[in-house]
Amino acid sequence: MAKKNLSKQKKMDTRVNFTPMVDMMMLLITFFMLCTTLAKPQAMQLTMPSNDQNVSDQDKSVTKASHTITLYLGANDQVWYIAGLPKYDDPSCVKKTSYGPKGIRDVLINHTTEEGVNPIAKIMVAKKELDAKKAAYNSTMTDEQYQAQLAKLKKGELPSGEKVPTMTVIIRPLDTASYENMVAALDEMLICSIDKYVIDKIGPEDQALIDKAGVK
Amino acid sequence: MAKVKIQKKDIWIDMTPMSDVMTLLLCFFMLTSTFLTPEPIRVNAPNSVSEIKVPTMDVLNILVSPEGRIYLGTDNKNYMNAMLDAMTDKFSIDLNATQKKHFLEDAMVGAPMSKLAAYLSLDPEKMGEEIQTLGIPTDSINGGMSEFQEWVQAARDANPDLKIAIKCDSKTPYKTVKAMMSELQDMSENRYQLITNLKTASEE
Repeated sequence: MAKKNLSKQKKMDTRVNFTPMVDMMMLLITFFMLCTTLAKPQAMQLTMPSNDQNVSDQDKSVTKASHTITLYLGANDQVWYIAGLPKYDDPSCVKKTSYGPKGIRDVLINHTTEEGVNPIAKIMVAKKELDAKKAAYNSTMTDEQYQAQLAKLKKGELPSGEKVPTMTVIIRPLDTASYENMVAALDEMLICSIDKYVIDKIGPEDQALIDKAGVK
Repeated sequence: MAKVKIQKKDIWIDMTPMSDVMTLLLCFFMLTSTFLTPEPIRVNAPNSVSEIKVPTMDVLNILVSPEGRIYLGTDNKNYMNAMLDAMTDKFSIDLNATQKKHFLEDAMVGAPMSKLAAYLSLDPEKMGEEIQTLGIPTDSINGGMSEFQEWVQAARDANPDLKIAIKCDSKTPYKTVKAMMSELQDMSENRYQLITNLKTASEE
């Protein structure tokens, strides 16, 4: 008997069963896919003015009237604007518009300064050209060069050598506005390459004006 | 008549290529992903075209719910520990080891100091429900700094390079955002990152 067993030596099966391993891998992959974020959220840079009362009014830079636009963000996604400095005795200077490309962006782009130019439109065109140059197939522009040129553009120095005035936008959200409205307004500043904007509180004069103009 | 011989077929499938692919996928997911930090409340951030990424290191997250409840936290547990020590010292609260452990397991701070000890004594499951009804108060204490400001100050002391990232719900009224930002401005914290989702071209 023993002899027979010896002669009938079986060929060993060297294959390993991978199925349990694959099962486990599947589980792990599912776990990682569900518990992780691949797309990181975006951030928006915001610098608020200091609350410090020591900054005297003289230190605050003064811009020309036609270089200023004031936005009032109201309830229910409504937005009002004043082109130029607010005239506190004349509520008719407050005009209503809407969010998005057809409303507030149109107002910003078509704003004409006292020099008779549309600075935002010109800067946006120049930025589009710059973006195209950066995105071009054989572009050798580095990120730093792009940022430097963009910073120049935002200061109103066009590549053609023309200098356009820069706009200042004052955003005054009412207490009834939502956070989304504020971000939408800031978004327009980004789209329109406006460098000088500020989120400000509503003072007593503004309050009286917007009350009269029916802003809520 | 020949006997019909039914041959036993080998139904063994070679799993090796499949496990190869799986390993690759697994490695990819493990290396490219960052974990979702559990947030005490669900917040839908508004959309914007900004393409700046949120920094991954040294960020102080401030979360504001639509109801105006404020939560705050950092990813780094060392800073959280330092913040907790500074705050418990200041408000002379004694926490035992379990309560401290619960605090560090929590992603964000969201309880007023008066209720902190009671909140941290709860079961972890109960804590998740309880935190939704709490929030860090922003009322100033005896004309001084508010608890929210104290927490920010403690975080600033733990790491002076912390960047402030604010995540608000799109439905949060501007009034609460203004109140929160004004508290930060009072302590000369004027630079923030507003966390938003990327707006796609179709939404434009």
